Amino acid sequence: MIVSSMAKNGAILTAFALVTTGLVATIDALTADKIAEQEQLYLTSQLHEVLDPTTYDNDLSKDCIVITDERLGPYNTQVIYRARKNNQPVALVVRHVTPNGYSGDIKLLTAILRDGTIAGVRTTKHEETPGLGDKIEVKKSSWITTFKGLTVHSEDDNRWAVKKDGGQFDQFTGATITPRAVVNSVKNAVLFAQNEFDTIFTTPSSRCEEVTQ
Amino acid sequence: MSELKTLYKDGMWVNNPALVQLLGLCPLLAVTSTVTNALGLGLATLLVLIGSNVSVSIVRNWVPKDIRIPVFVMIIAGFVTIVQLLMNAYTFGLYQSLGIFIPLIVTNCAIIGRAEAYASKNPIHLSAFDGLMMGLGFMLVLVVLGAMRELIGQGTLFDSADLLLGPWAQSLRIEVFNFDNQFLLAILPPGAFLGLGLLIAAKNMIDAQIKSKQTAPPEAEKGPRARVTSLT
Repeated sequence: MIVSSMAKNGAILTAFALVTTGLVATIDALTADKIAEQEQLYLTSQLHEVLDPTTYDNDLSKDCIVITDERLGPYNTQVIYRARKNNQPVALVVRHVTPNGYSGDIKLLTAILRDGTIAGVRTTKHEETPGLGDKIEVKKSSWITTFKGLTVHSEDDNRWAVKKDGGQFDQFTGATITPRAVVNSVKNAVLFAQNEFDTIFTTPSSRCEEVTQ
Repeated sequence: MSELKTLYKDGMWVNNPALVQLLGLCPLLAVTSTVTNALGLGLATLLVLIGSNVSVSIVRNWVPKDIRIPVFVMIIAGFVTIVQLLMNAYTFGLYQSLGIFIPLIVTNCAIIGRAEAYASKNPIHLSAFDGLMMGLGFMLVLVVLGAMRELIGQGTLFDSADLLLGPWAQSLRIEVFNFDNQFLLAILPPGAFLGLGLLIAAKNMIDAQIKSKQTAPPEAEKGPRARVTSLT
């Protein structure tokens, strides 16, 4: 008796599992293209924010390499996009991350031109305190745009610090840790890009869609 | 007809999932920092609730009592995943700002609560209506709380509504006050708890007032209370 009811219930559960999974799979198949397109759009808009799209003519989101380097963050692989015009190197767009924020990792995207100056920096993901540390978002404050046009001269370039530490960048009222972390991370990313510029351009391209974010 | 009216009253007021049943507090408290987020999560929950109520009602005669809970959970999880995929595809920005709270709709007890308490015992059209009303009631509280917190916290309403409704909605943004610094308490989680507490208190106050009007024909004047005027 109990065996037959177990078998019956099992069969019913299986049937439901099959139907719901089938439904989810169908919707997934129907939306997959649209989602991929949205992600591509999002990536392109991120890249456009840091690097003027008229300065290069290749498909930036496809021309990229995956790299693990301490200067870009203590762990995880990072993606670097390479901008070229007429096959000549123009700029690097580097994803980097810093764990030194107030809470969680701060993920950044920085574009560095061939002459070593910064074309733009944006925060792509962070968990800083709303109202204090979140001024690193371009939506909340224009602070992150002050990096544009700057360059790093050497490892011990003392202008690359917040004003409290004697540097040139504003800190936020009530939040020094966040901008300090961002400034340091950008500085390291720029130094990295300056030193490795030519090596990176000669590295063969890799598939990096999955590593994004 | 009266059944529909009862459902309407229950969902929106008498048995409101957020204010009376106090279900689904996790998303309620977490995402109500702006009206847009609140509305987005409210709509997602509403869709899931209607979908799960209808499906549970359709299968209610075929599911043995012993396995009804896993079946309901499966149905709800299926709908949440579908809504999540659709949001990812069509409201990408909002999907990113709501983050983990979309999959967490699965754990919103209001949904399985309605499946178990109502949809598994009632016909399809009533279950659908129940889902609609409960969902609307939940969404209403989310939006009111979101509006309170956004207004007090950053002095705006409908900030970044374009994430949900498309580019035209950028013009919906209303700047009511302009703060140099945001009022953090309202934006951070404690503000959500305080706001929800105030909403519940307000509801109870209104209820009490209605009750005192309905019952109790004007009470006989009580004798004046003895009052201490001087303590010396």
